[in-house]
Amino acid sequence: MSQYILRRLMIAIPSLLGISVVLFVVLALAPGDPFSELATNPNVPPEVQAALRAKFGLDDPIYLRYLHWLNAMLHGDWGFSFVSRMNVDTLILQRLPATLYVIGSAQILALLIAIPVGVYAATKPYSLFDQVANTLAFIGFSLPTFFTGLLFILIFSVTLDWLPFVYTTDIKGTGIRWVLEMIRQAIMPVAVLGLFQAASMTRFVRSAMLDVIRLDYVTTARAKGLGQATVIVKHVMRNAMIPVVTLIALQMPAVFGGAIVTEQIFRIPGIGSLLISSILSNDTPVVMAVTFVFACLVVLFNLIADVLYGWLDPRISLR
Amino acid sequence: MLDKELRSMIGDVKGGRMDRRAFIQRLAAVGLTAPLANQILALGGVAMAEGVQTYKPTKRGGGGALKLLWWQGPTLLNPHFATGTKDQDGSRLFYEPLACWDPDGNMKLVLAAEIPSVQNGLLAADGTSVTWKLKPGVKWHDGNPFSADDVVFTWEYVKDPATATVTIATYRDLKVEKIDDLTVKITFAQPTPFWADAFVGAGAGQILPKHLFAEYIGSKSREAPANLAPVGTGPYKFVEFKPGDLIRGVINPDYHMANRPYFDTIEMKGGGDAVSAARAVIQTGEYDFGWNIQVEDDVLLRLEKGGKGKTIYAVGGDTEFIALNFTDPNVEVDGERSSMKTKHPLFSDPAVRKALSMLVDRESIKKAIYGRAGRTTANFLNGPEKFVSKNTTWEFSIEKASKLLDDAGWKAGADGIREKDGKRLKLLYQTSINGPRQKTQAIVKQACQKAGIDVELKSVVASVFFSSDVANPDTYPKFYADLEMFQIPLSQPDPSQHMRRYLSTSVATKENKWQGTNFPRWVNKDYDAAINAADKEMDPIKRAALYIKCNDLLWEETVFIPAMHRLKVEAAANTLRPVISGWANETDNIFDWYREE
Repeated sequence: MSQYILRRLMIAIPSLLGISVVLFVVLALAPGDPFSELATNPNVPPEVQAALRAKFGLDDPIYLRYLHWLNAMLHGDWGFSFVSRMNVDTLILQRLPATLYVIGSAQILALLIAIPVGVYAATKPYSLFDQVANTLAFIGFSLPTFFTGLLFILIFSVTLDWLPFVYTTDIKGTGIRWVLEMIRQAIMPVAVLGLFQAASMTRFVRSAMLDVIRLDYVTTARAKGLGQATVIVKHVMRNAMIPVVTLIALQMPAVFGGAIVTEQIFRIPGIGSLLISSILSNDTPVVMAVTFVFACLVVLFNLIADVLYGWLDPRISLR
Repeated sequence: MLDKELRSMIGDVKGGRMDRRAFIQRLAAVGLTAPLANQILALGGVAMAEGVQTYKPTKRGGGGALKLLWWQGPTLLNPHFATGTKDQDGSRLFYEPLACWDPDGNMKLVLAAEIPSVQNGLLAADGTSVTWKLKPGVKWHDGNPFSADDVVFTWEYVKDPATATVTIATYRDLKVEKIDDLTVKITFAQPTPFWADAFVGAGAGQILPKHLFAEYIGSKSREAPANLAPVGTGPYKFVEFKPGDLIRGVINPDYHMANRPYFDTIEMKGGGDAVSAARAVIQTGEYDFGWNIQVEDDVLLRLEKGGKGKTIYAVGGDTEFIALNFTDPNVEVDGERSSMKTKHPLFSDPAVRKALSMLVDRESIKKAIYGRAGRTTANFLNGPEKFVSKNTTWEFSIEKASKLLDDAGWKAGADGIREKDGKRLKLLYQTSINGPRQKTQAIVKQACQKAGIDVELKSVVASVFFSSDVANPDTYPKFYADLEMFQIPLSQPDPSQHMRRYLSTSVATKENKWQGTNFPRWVNKDYDAAINAADKEMDPIKRAALYIKCNDLLWEETVFIPAMHRLKVEAAANTLRPVISGWANETDNIFDWYREE
């Protein structure tokens, strides 16, 4: 097992290097530069802009810039943001809590809805409950989050005036009031993201369950006289969860990556909104760091998913 | 004549026969009010007046929280590294300049004790130096005293190329000396009619504390802890900063202005977009003030109905214009298109340029797009008032434009497109991607089509259009199109930097890596002579006349077709009394903001 993990990690190194080259080249070739806003300011002569470009090494050839970046990264130096002249790692760490809280809660909400609903719908296929759940799931994943987000804002903030639609990181008050405020302001973004995720996941859980529930060993278990609950939970679910676990594991990087659109709509200061504002201002070091972290997480969670297989289904051997 | 009248009026003010207000009103009648009208008086020997006080609260604090919404949040808090006005706005909550501009373009004292004038001996009559007296007893937020050393240091810090500041252009050609602890003298390399640039306003004027930045001058500038945790002299003390997201501050109990500030805490939240920012201020009242609400007017009108806030407007000198290319964008000479060695095949006929200016329906653009946030104009230079030409007119008439083209020999071909000597009237019209701009393009295209001109529209992402990327063909300085539209903000109440851009020596070419500022590539000797004369002209009346002449030249030759004189649009809660100037950053007068109970 440990040998398998070690081997997988070794394989990850060249693929991460490859990813970083691709990312870097694409970003370097992308048009625009971080000082473009200065261009239309007549107070800033073009030669000042050129001096800044030179100082930040933007005029060096791409391969040199890549080697600089790689060398710094190996030494744990993530570089600094051109736009805020701040270290990139500080910037990302600052944004991480909000993302983990909101996107994490949304994932948990999605799981809490998807697994019970999906399992129950699969045990009674084509019943009224199944039909209703199916219809709602279809509606859920057909509506994009930017639409439901604006809809929620119109209903709950503008018309009813129940919930705030601007997310604040510094809530005044302490103790229980702080906790309540934190929950109140997260209700809308979490609901928007969670329901969207839950919709597709419910369909997935249901079909995974249906695949297993028809197998012979389930009939055998029933014939042994086991109760419905035991059969479903102990025998069916355990096997049906294998593809579901893959799906969840592969979605975990998204929890760290944030949800760009939702974060932008609700002004959540998360990684997603950092990424989009950095892209818009051509802040390459930040875009590079965020996307690279994202790539690392995808590789890591793929590995975790594979390891989890072995635990869920001992027949799958890891070699 | 105007000249003589003005002089006698200045004499009247000096002699006490006419009061200042009457003088300014008289000037308004002849189109000469606003910021520089006061500088006329300053140079004419009458001191510049301080702006009218509108601040009502009679005690410091007690105003609760002030919640500001900047939909592009500040990303750094060192004003001299600012990549946009948003960063200057955020820094200005904590740092202060010597003086700032009020809504009428009058000077307002901040850290200075007295407005320099020839009369009080602080302003040299030949415009080569200005002396500033500092307010005594001002303290930095950490308790250290503020003095002339800080002012001199700020100059040294900014002008060092290794510090990599963006404000270097303001400071590198002048000399700042300390006379005593509370007096600094700025000496200019040449007579400088507009002396209130260095140390004035939020754009370039914010003064840094020497004791915190002294070690970080030059190449170590990025490492200064104070870059992210400012210690200033301003009305609010720094508490917390998250780049792009949030700035928090609390009241400065030792602030140097009486009864100010009004609010106990201040918060500036970033992120999102302009429409939802307008909604959060006007409709739901979650925030007190929303910055730069560039939203269509009918959306704003709808939000304002029964809302908790309203929009407010500030007049400055920002002009949205369509520039005409005087070189040929379709022919490549020595590896560059739009080369100075070529002439535009269509625009070299003045009739085509003139006809084009008649095809821009400014009234419709105002009605359909800008609404209350725009004014129609014939001028390229729309402020300060003193510099605005009254000699120009504009009209929209497809018939007249068609007639003009007919007379010049441009006849409609089989497909309705006019042509002459085998050259067809086909134009490429580019701008940055931005809702109002695409709509303006559509309005212009429609009118042109009716007059037999085929216009192809092109929209470029703003980050590309405004970049200085030498490798990209779609930037505005390269101007690989026949027409292009955008605006260049007039960020100080003086047109000199703005108008200097179009000198024939500053053409954007491959040789200067397209860093030249003259992107229409228009060359005119009279214009050059007038600009160079204005740069040295100390007589404010003659100087204004020179800039008016320049504007009129641009108009006669149709170098620019002004589409709209744009106003600043902000959103504010109904009870908030913000002070917003079209000549300054939104937060430049933050110390005077209060709430009407």
